[in-house]
Amino acid sequence: MTTIDMSQYLDVFLEESREHLSNLNQCLLILEQQPHNAAALNEIFRAAHTLKGMSSTMGFEDLADLTHHMEDVLSGVKEQVLQVDSQVTDVLFKCFDRIQLMVEGIEEGHMGRHDNSDLVEVLEAIKDGSRELAAVAETAAKFSQTEEQPEPPAALEINGYDQVVIEEAFKRGFKVLLLEVEIDPDCAMKSVRSFMVFKALETEGEITKAVPPVQDLEEGKFDSSFSLLLISQMDNEEVLRRVNGISEVRVSSLKEITRLDLETGPAVPLEEAETSPDSEVRAQDNGQRTQKFKQKVRVDIEKLDEMMNLVGELVMHKGRLEQIGLISKNNELEDTVEQVDRITTELQSVVMKVRMVPIEQVFNRFPRMVRDLAKELGKEIDFIVEGQETELDRTVIDEIGDPLIHLLRNALDHGLELPAERRQKGKLARGTVKLMARHEGNNVFIEVEDDGRGIDLERVLEKAVKKELISSREAEMMTPEEAFRLVFTPGFSTAAEITDVSGRGVGLDVVKAKMEGIGGEISVVSKPGQGTCFTIKLPLTLAIIQALTVSLGEEIYAIPLSNVDETTMISEQDIKMVQNQEVILIRGRVLPLYRLRRLLDVPGDSAAGESIYVVVVRKADRQVGLVVDALIGQHEIVIKSLGRLLAGIPGLAGAIVAGDGNVHLILDIASLF
Amino acid sequence: MQVINQAVENAVEEERQVVAFQLGAEEYAVDIINVQEIIKLQKVTRIPRTEPWVEGVINLRGNIIPLFNLHTKFKLSAPDSTDEQRIIVFQLDDIKAAVIVDKVSEVLHLNCQEIEATDRVYEGINAEHIIGIAKLEGRILILLNIYKILINDNIR
Repeated sequence: MTTIDMSQYLDVFLEESREHLSNLNQCLLILEQQPHNAAALNEIFRAAHTLKGMSSTMGFEDLADLTHHMEDVLSGVKEQVLQVDSQVTDVLFKCFDRIQLMVEGIEEGHMGRHDNSDLVEVLEAIKDGSRELAAVAETAAKFSQTEEQPEPPAALEINGYDQVVIEEAFKRGFKVLLLEVEIDPDCAMKSVRSFMVFKALETEGEITKAVPPVQDLEEGKFDSSFSLLLISQMDNEEVLRRVNGISEVRVSSLKEITRLDLETGPAVPLEEAETSPDSEVRAQDNGQRTQKFKQKVRVDIEKLDEMMNLVGELVMHKGRLEQIGLISKNNELEDTVEQVDRITTELQSVVMKVRMVPIEQVFNRFPRMVRDLAKELGKEIDFIVEGQETELDRTVIDEIGDPLIHLLRNALDHGLELPAERRQKGKLARGTVKLMARHEGNNVFIEVEDDGRGIDLERVLEKAVKKELISSREAEMMTPEEAFRLVFTPGFSTAAEITDVSGRGVGLDVVKAKMEGIGGEISVVSKPGQGTCFTIKLPLTLAIIQALTVSLGEEIYAIPLSNVDETTMISEQDIKMVQNQEVILIRGRVLPLYRLRRLLDVPGDSAAGESIYVVVVRKADRQVGLVVDALIGQHEIVIKSLGRLLAGIPGLAGAIVAGDGNVHLILDIASLF
Repeated sequence: MQVINQAVENAVEEERQVVAFQLGAEEYAVDIINVQEIIKLQKVTRIPRTEPWVEGVINLRGNIIPLFNLHTKFKLSAPDSTDEQRIIVFQLDDIKAAVIVDKVSEVLHLNCQEIEATDRVYEGINAEHIIGIAKLEGRILILLNIYKILINDNIR
């Protein structure tokens, strides 16, 4: 028999726990606002119940115990013997935090041990306040439960092969038992239970057949019961003792197979015939149910990365093929290459889509954080989340959590005024913070908007001058857009006093750097007295991009096309000097000019020629010109990391393996100069 | 890594299998367990804005591998490139890294008793980068701790 490794379930457990936790969190927030929302309550109950089941199955006793007590209180609420008040929601929130802590502990490899007696005490007290009423309700619930039809167990048929096995067992003096095992229909991890049954029996016997087959049992593809054919020398009591000893599991029937049974011939169902139409119906709705679950598969993220790499290589070789096709001028080859091109492009977009996850994953944790923070700050707010279904590449998702937390904290702490102040200004006492995501072309936009006091431009400029970030003359000349941009400058913070919430020494400059690190941009607009809106623009994916390749002597570099505004040709005379900095004039704009050779210490000098190639790149909203020796062309490139040993070199985003096998470096405009 | 080395060492009865190579006039050796392969010189892409001993990166069957120059690191004079120069590719935990050597001499079995610990500084080499010195038949081999040199000193 196949053995099942417990650790493989740990991943499932963690994954599912996280899902339930995020669910729990959301519903708790709803329940707090609408204490009579039955749907939310049911969802909370279900989440707590499932967590209890899963954790006890996995042997995380403390977690199981806490969720068990939560469940007690929740069922009291459900049966309307308890009222949802702030005491109840508060303790449930605390339980939620504790569960999260314990699940994290489990993830780190210990058993999630935690003394929860404090919370259990409160839960017990709440529950005791209504014990008598609860008792009545409980019996009613039990009564209604018994009315439910017991599920017909799956039938096990003995075929010719089994017969041979059984006869062989008889010859050796073994007993053959047919077991029907029932698992509590509420059990959260049926597959683990079935595994435990196998484990308990196989030490002293052999299971020669299982219906449904072992593989289905392992995958949990069964209702609530299964049949086993056990060959063993254990007596019936021992078998019963072993199986019934597993929680949530019991033997519903146990039958010893004798020689007589065998003589009735093979292929005789050992179940009564009358159950068969019933089981057909069951099979059908079972089919529907599996279909509903079939839509999702959990895949190791590493496998996806690997797939992306392979597709990347395919894209690269496709490029090479195209070149060969062009040179050879063979029509057949060109046609085929075109086909390959089409398929590769489709494959690429499919793989890309597979890696996409809804931004919900990140957004989900914010409502709770905002709630806690608002309470702490004594502010009243409505937190509106929109577009959480917007999808982003997994790698991007992982990076945006912290910057968004920072922006939200900012909005709550610095942006929104206290209720009294708002009333004075004639605004609603309750402020609004919006978190919105939307998809536009090849980008995703995320906005954090508040209707607070807005950014005071005067104070921004004043502060920037005081901190010597700009001169007072510069301050006078600045447009509002430029002035807003100052808040992203390192060492800038407008909060009059540093609070615990934001302003912990890391500012918006860190958010900006992080966004630029993943190819994003951040900007801000604000109207005094009306509010502030931060907009983050992110690329959909990071793995395959369009790039412009340029040469510097013998070296070739790739510049992400998203950074390139235009390319142009100038002559040496067009270059002017302003404050020791080379500049050029392009369509009325003065751009600083950098010699890429010098920035990258490329050995040798560029051949002196009449014309100079300039690539105009954009870093956030600033344009600069980069002088290169020659422009090579525009390509689709697959970004490869330089590895841990060469990580974090300013100006380099990674490398590509070109069609000819050479390695070229990709420039990171954000950190190049 | 040390643990693995130790285990392997014990398994082969106090014997160390090493790859011996030359850097300039001196002979060095590294534990064979860390060596993934030895390849001929190939095109190196220079990496700007790095320390001088970072030679660049190479493409090994689609993988981008950093290449280091021990001549520079140990302040040895670098000879002109010859046909005998090779690249030794190391697999160190999950990281691949490579170094250029002037010649790969052979694979040797060293008896552990032949390896002397040392705290003397050889040329420009830091003592902690050396596991020991092996003397055999008039040759002196400096056994390098390649893990320390390539990984510990590079990852911050």
